[in-house]
Amino acid sequence: MTTQPAQRPVPPDAPRPGPDPAADAGYAEHPPRMGFFTDTSVCIGCKACEVACKEWNHVPEDGLNLLGMSYDNTGGLGASTWRHVAFIEQITRPGDAVPDAAGSGAFAADGSRWLMSSNVCKHCTESGCLDVCPTGALMRTEFGTVVVQEDICNGCGYCVSACPFGVIDRREGDGRAWKCTLCYDRLGAGQEPACAKACPTESIQFGPVDELRERARLRVTELQQAGETGAQLYLDDPADGIGGGGAFFLLLDEPEVYGLPPDPVVPTRDLPRMWRHVALAATGLLAGGLAAALRRRVGP
Amino acid sequence: MSQPAGRTGNGPMTGLAARARERWGVHGRGQHERDKQAGAPADGPGENGAAQHRGGERRRRGEQLMVPRAQPDSYYGRPILKPPVWRARDVAGYLFLGGLAGASAVLAGVAQLTGHDRLVRPARVSAAGAIGLSAAALVADLGRPERFLNMLRVIKPSSPMSVGTWIFTAFSGAAAASAASAVTGRLPRLGTAAAAGATVLGPAVCTYTAALICDTAVPAWHEAHREMPYLFAGSAASAAGGLSMVTAPAGQAGLAARFAVLGAAGELTAKSMLLRRLGETAEPYQQGRPGRLMEIAEVLTTAGLAGAVLAGESRVVARLSGAALVASSALTRLGIFEAGQNSARDPKYTVGPQRERLANRP
Repeated sequence: MTTQPAQRPVPPDAPRPGPDPAADAGYAEHPPRMGFFTDTSVCIGCKACEVACKEWNHVPEDGLNLLGMSYDNTGGLGASTWRHVAFIEQITRPGDAVPDAAGSGAFAADGSRWLMSSNVCKHCTESGCLDVCPTGALMRTEFGTVVVQEDICNGCGYCVSACPFGVIDRREGDGRAWKCTLCYDRLGAGQEPACAKACPTESIQFGPVDELRERARLRVTELQQAGETGAQLYLDDPADGIGGGGAFFLLLDEPEVYGLPPDPVVPTRDLPRMWRHVALAATGLLAGGLAAALRRRVGP
Repeated sequence: MSQPAGRTGNGPMTGLAARARERWGVHGRGQHERDKQAGAPADGPGENGAAQHRGGERRRRGEQLMVPRAQPDSYYGRPILKPPVWRARDVAGYLFLGGLAGASAVLAGVAQLTGHDRLVRPARVSAAGAIGLSAAALVADLGRPERFLNMLRVIKPSSPMSVGTWIFTAFSGAAAASAASAVTGRLPRLGTAAAAGATVLGPAVCTYTAALICDTAVPAWHEAHREMPYLFAGSAASAAGGLSMVTAPAGQAGLAARFAVLGAAGELTAKSMLLRRLGETAEPYQQGRPGRLMEIAEVLTTAGLAGAVLAGESRVVARLSGAALVASSALTRLGIFEAGQNSARDPKYTVGPQRERLANRP
């Protein structure tokens, strides 16, 4: 492997405790931040997570379609899809250059491979949907997760446009916004979320985020040493554009291959600057009105 | 698109980052040729089952590939973002009407202050009418309209919609009171006080909506957050001035025309700066239906601007110019709205700038 410019080096130092969004939201005493580490290198595409999520959360049917996208007939996350398994067939054909890593890691001898990955809401540390919600329907839980209160949401749809991952959506016919709750009800009862419970390969791991982050670092190092040089962690870094995800991923290829943005930034980071421009523009408008009148006096 | 040398050393599954950088960062991002990717079927159907046929021609089977096959840079061409769920009629309509209302209130206030008495009443009525229609559009656009009062549960500075709701509520009360007083002739002092409030709040009503749409992940909106408030302020002044030119009695349209001219000039300046700075992300404003809408709007703005300057004493020219400015403001807002939706639908506007950002990060 020669060029992998976007690949982040795995920091050798011990993991420091990550951000504490529950405390930032005002919880004086709260359980540790809980989340998901989705290790896509062991995902077998069984979709047990999709099914378990639907069953437990009573998520309605989201269309019975044949999408022509490998084994993926779900399409993507949405109001009625809170776990989504992506299937990416990377097949080498005659005439293609065979990758250096052929025969190792996830590659077949001819260099082909099949990537699968279970996607979910990231429960961002800096959460765009939560920031912009005008009713307070979206809230931070004591576990540091982000949840929509369905009895409050009035379906304004602002969260839909504010999510840099295209996770949350408004449900047709219902009018409210829906997304993964990280099984808030199960967490409250000391249970793990339905998808993690159902995952047969521990591709979806649930636990305290700090611990998961440590586990993820060990795993990515292990994979890279085993020759899986494309392995990279995604959203594990509290210094990234969303302050790190409460759900983060180990990917074998670039994020956009899985339908994930390569460098997501929460839109509200720029909001102070926006307000300054808004204030200046508003002042300009008022001044323009006065100027229009002043010229009248000066003129003939 | 230039084909960089030295690509052959990389296998198809490796060096994707390098390839993405070639694709997005430096070379021919606009080309966006989508060869049929290895092993993957044609671009999958879109979110609602509508087929998304995108990109260039598909290679015929057995054709000799002279260059490496393009790598997947998206998941089956599907959008990464969810396009805004708002209806164009309601939300683009509100961007226009809210601007019209806010700037009309400013015009009414200035007219009263400077003794243009016969402009005051029509401007106050325009402000109240436009904000009333806005309220109806905004409630109708909610998924649960009966819960619109939930907007008043909280005050959140992190949400332009929350801040805007409070500005909107205060403004619409003031605008309605000032218009009622002007129409009925009753409580003139209270009417003037309300009008003063509406004059001060009006500019905020015109410009906060820029923060509202720019504080999203929608690329064409978010990247434009620097210029959008000025564009909105200009467009609002041009619409309000234009409407006042239409409604003004003979010999009184001068103030309205000057307000409209300043607004239209500001709008055109902000728009050209926006398009120049955004580069590739400006494409949605220049292509397809939103591109045509913005073009027509620009012609109308320019014509209205020229008419307003040259109208002199001609009421016909003044009224035509005013109408052109009102129409252009509506089309501009619709164009901006649709451009945002298009930019969210195409993953290249999400991935491209982010890849560029990563490539430029030290």
